[in-house]
Order: sequence, then C-alpha cells, then structure tokens
Amino acid sequence: MLFLRRTLPLIIAFVLGMIGILVFYIPHSGAQALEQELTKWDRIVAAFALVLGIYSLMRLHWNRVRRQQAGWAYSSLVFVGFTVMFIFALYNDGHGPFNPQVTESGPFVWMFDYVQVPADATMFSILAFFIASAAYRTFRARTPEAAILLVSAIIVMIGRVPIGGLISDSIPELSQWLMAVPNLAAKRGILLGVSLGIVATSLRIIFGIERSYLGGGEE
Amino acid sequence: MRYFLCCITLVLCAAQVYAQQPTGVKAEDTPNDSGGSITVIWDYPESYEKIEQIRYVIYVSESENGPFHAAKYDAANLQSTDPGTFGHGEETYKKIFAKVSAYIVPTDPPERIAIENHKTYYVQVTAHLPSGGSFPSAIASAEAYQNFFNQAKTNNFVIGTIFSLIILISIFLAQKRELFIRRIAGLEALDEALGRATEMGKPVLFAHGLHPMGSVSTIAAINVLSRVAQRTAEFNTELRVANNDPVVMAVSQEVVKESYLNAGRPDAYSEDSVFMVATEQFSYAAALDGMMVRDRPATNIMMGYFYAESLLLAETGASTGAIQIAGTDSYTQLPFFITTCDYTLMGEELYAASAYLAREPRLLGSLKGQDIGKAALLIVMILGTLLATLEIQTLTHIFAAY
Repeated sequence: MLFLRRTLPLIIAFVLGMIGILVFYIPHSGAQALEQELTKWDRIVAAFALVLGIYSLMRLHWNRVRRQQAGWAYSSLVFVGFTVMFIFALYNDGHGPFNPQVTESGPFVWMFDYVQVPADATMFSILAFFIASAAYRTFRARTPEAAILLVSAIIVMIGRVPIGGLISDSIPELSQWLMAVPNLAAKRGILLGVSLGIVATSLRIIFGIERSYLGGGEE
Repeated sequence: MRYFLCCITLVLCAAQVYAQQPTGVKAEDTPNDSGGSITVIWDYPESYEKIEQIRYVIYVSESENGPFHAAKYDAANLQSTDPGTFGHGEETYKKIFAKVSAYIVPTDPPERIAIENHKTYYVQVTAHLPSGGSFPSAIASAEAYQNFFNQAKTNNFVIGTIFSLIILISIFLAQKRELFIRRIAGLEALDEALGRATEMGKPVLFAHGLHPMGSVSTIAAINVLSRVAQRTAEFNTELRVANNDPVVMAVSQEVVKESYLNAGRPDAYSEDSVFMVATEQFSYAAALDGMMVRDRPATNIMMGYFYAESLLLAETGASTGAIQIAGTDSYTQLPFFITTCDYTLMGEELYAASAYLAREPRLLGSLKGQDIGKAALLIVMILGTLLATLEIQTLTHIFAAY
C-alpha cells in the first residue's frame, strides 16, 4: 500500500520529470513523439477530471439549495444555466451531438456571446473602481517608501495622458524612464528569482525531496 | 590578333560569370532538428549592395547528373545570420543559408517530394539577376539525419546543469550543518493568520490562481496548501479550497485528505472543503467574491498565478476585514497584492514557501542553493554590464537564448 501511495508516485515524478527535461534538448523525432504522447495523456486525464469538476460544482450548489443557505437562489441558477447550455450543446444549431460543435451561430454561441461575455466584461469593469480604492489606500504618504511610490505613480499616470506633455515635455520622458529603467530592472530581478525558484522546486519534486504535493510531510 | 581578342573576351566573360554565380556553396544536414531537412549555405555576394535584387533558386536532385528540381523553402529562412546555429563569428555574417525540406517535381499536378533521411541529395544554387541573367553554382551534396542533441541549447543546458548542481550540493550540505535562511514575513505570519481564524471560528479560504496543474506556480501553491491543511487539521479550523481547474481540484482533494490523515484528524476532512467553483476567469472571481462577502472567512490565502482577478479577490477580501496572505510569481499582479494584502510572497518566495514552512533541512538546503544561484547571477550581470560597456559581447552571447 505504501508503495502505491508513496513510492510509485515518486518514481513516476522522477521518470516523467527527467523525460520532460531531456526532451527539451533532444530534437530527435522519437523524443518529440514521446512528448506529444504525454501531452495526449494529459488531455485525457483532464477530460476525466472535468467530470469530477462538474460533479463537485453540482454537489456544492445542490447542498446550498438543499440547506437553503444564504444566496441559495443563485445556486439554483447554476442548474438552470448548466441544463440550458447542455441542451444547446447537444442541439448544436440543428447538427446534433455527433457532429463537430458549430462555433459561428446557434443558441449555444448566442448564449456565450450575449450572456457570458457581457457578464465577464461587467466583472472586469469593476476592476477600475477597485484600482481607485486600492490606490487611495496605498498612496497615503505615511512612510518614505509610500511617498516615493506616490510621486512615481503620479508621474507615470500624468505622463501617460496628453495633459502630461502639455504641462512639460519632461513628464512623459520621466514617465517612460521610470517604466523602462527602475520598473523593468525590478521586473527582471523578480523573473530571475522566479526562474531559479522553478529550477529548485522542479529538482525537489523530481528527486523526491519535496513530497508535500502527495499530501502531508516528508515521512 | 583575332585569336588573342577572342581569348581575352572569353576570360572576361568567365570572370564575370564567376563574379555573379553563387560561390562557396555547401550543403549539410540541418543541425538541431528531427531530420527531413538540409541546409544550403553560400557566400554573401560582394558585388551587390542589395541582396534583395538577386533571386536565388535552389535546385535539388537525387543524382549528381540531374534532373534538378526547384526546392521549396521558406523565403524567411533566407538569412545571412543564425547565431544559434553558426555562432557569432565574423564569418557567419558573410554567408547566406536556406533550409530545404522538400522540392517540387513539375508534373501535372506538381508533386511535392519531401527530403528523406539518410539519402544523398545534390543541390545547386542559381542566382537570377535583375538584368535577366542566370548563374548556376557548383553542385554540392548532403544527407539529412535526425539529431540527438540541440546544440543551440548548449548554453541553456550548461547553465541549467550548473544551477541544478549548486542546488543539489546545497541540499546535500544542509543535511550536515544548519543553514541560515532569511526570514520571510508572510510565512511567519501564516500560523498567526490560521490561529486568528480558529479563535474567530471562521473558515480559511484558499485560492490557487488560474494556471493548470502543469504550471510550477500551481505545484508550489499545492505544496503550500498541504502545509496549510495540516495546520488547519491540527487547529480544527474549517478550510475551503476553491478551484477553477478540475485537475487542480482533484489533486488538491487528495493533498488535503492526506494532510488531514497525517495530522491524525481524518475525521475532520470533508469532501466538500475542496470544490470546483468555475472554469472561467471572472466567473471564478465572482464566485470567490461572493463567498468572501457571505461567509466572511477570517483568513484568505491566495497562492499561484493570477491575472486580472487578483485585485477583485484581494480588494473584496480586504473589505471584509480578513487577514490576507498572497503569493504569486506574476509580476504584473504583485502590485495589486502588495497594496491590498497583509503579506505578499513575491516571486521566488512562493516557491520557497513549502520548504520554509516544513523546516526540513534538505528542503531548506534548496533555498540556500537558490540564494547562491542568485548571487552568481548578480556577479554575471555586473561583469556582463562592464564587458558590454567595453563592447565585448562574449558574456552576452553565452547567456542569450537561441
């Protein structure tokens, strides 16, 4: 049992991890075919996992409706939405479920374009107000660091709109310099650290040193 | 006299043809590929300022005596430099090359014949000038074959191996002596944040971000989830893990279940604690915002790769008064987390989190290896800046990606 729960996953992680690294350097068709085969397996596993995901989603909202928790009426909309979209997907704009999905017209596409996309856009638009409220909280110059942040932010904001250039030619230039030099340097610094972090995490997993993704500790 | 003039004319004509025909024609297997292609190389013409004025046609044959057929090659491949394959030497800038993977036999309809591996092909390059003249080159031959190592990635392989060795040696040394690891405030505060949720009797909400299981940032987030789940099991605090990817959800369920088992509290694990909320970005954000507002978790932990939903989540969480700990390697979202969360793990700190929380010597050793790697990169960057200022590009070329 311990072999199946611990040793086998570690062996699989090591073998597939090493294959993943080596295939990056081997252009031979055999290696590329192996990589494509593994990608197919990934898709198949993902397809099975989608069923689990749908089950989990339905279970979550069914329990809310059954227990009449706060906002249970919204949960019932999940079932309505799922059923309607499932029927439309089967209908497939009159072509039936055994033909490739029509992506140009039909009720499924209509629902996506005129319900899902505007709903997503609405959520995205809220971001503008959230940015304003977050900026207001952060830009109060309580510390020297916050003061630097405030001044930099004002320069960048003004420099990116036409009025900045009208006030002074230096403002857009300074704004550009802030983005291209200190900002880019910090960004690259983070990326270098991230890359090393990825190497370290990958090695810990491949060599079985990091086992927390199997659950629990290192025992 | 007539004979002499005739000879002079012939010599001049021969000289002109020699000046205009492609010279130095070589054919070889295309390096660093899976076969099915040969590379034809010839000299950059010195007598023409604009290479665009000359139309080159490559002819291919299976026999030295012909018949030769026009090769099919991508015009974009007609380049004068390819540092990844031919290096950065002066010579490479004086060459033109084209990768040929097929040729066209003029039947009705024309037939496309692909280059086969381990078969000798003969090639000839003809220069068609704007004046209408055509000048064929000498014939060269080559065989295509599959390569076992992409030499253009040699620098990547060597640098990657060096960093891997540094990390592995650090892991080895960490088992022999105690290493100093710098304090990460966000992780020090984790117990405090979970303790607060326990005291308040409210749940802890964990979000993974939007990347799938194949992303290392998601794996790092899962590693942190394992540590968090062990603590919540010990503290008997409710944990809610909201997912947007079914594979991540399935893995998270197993990880949380195992963590509860290892903490000696398998009875406290509920299958409903790790659930799927939505696969779409903003549906996911809306669902999580709704949970934050309705259930008011005492602690929100956001680990992984986030996009525009980061601020939607973190700002809503901040408005509910929850302690928020975020960790991401998405540098575009870091400012949003920093402004709205109590603690933020930046970049590599996300990858260090699991090892830091475990306090296991071997895992801590890998963190030390990361820091040594960063120090080495810092030295290389300073050295590279100095050399580039002196117009010595060698170090830049060593670290370039091909």
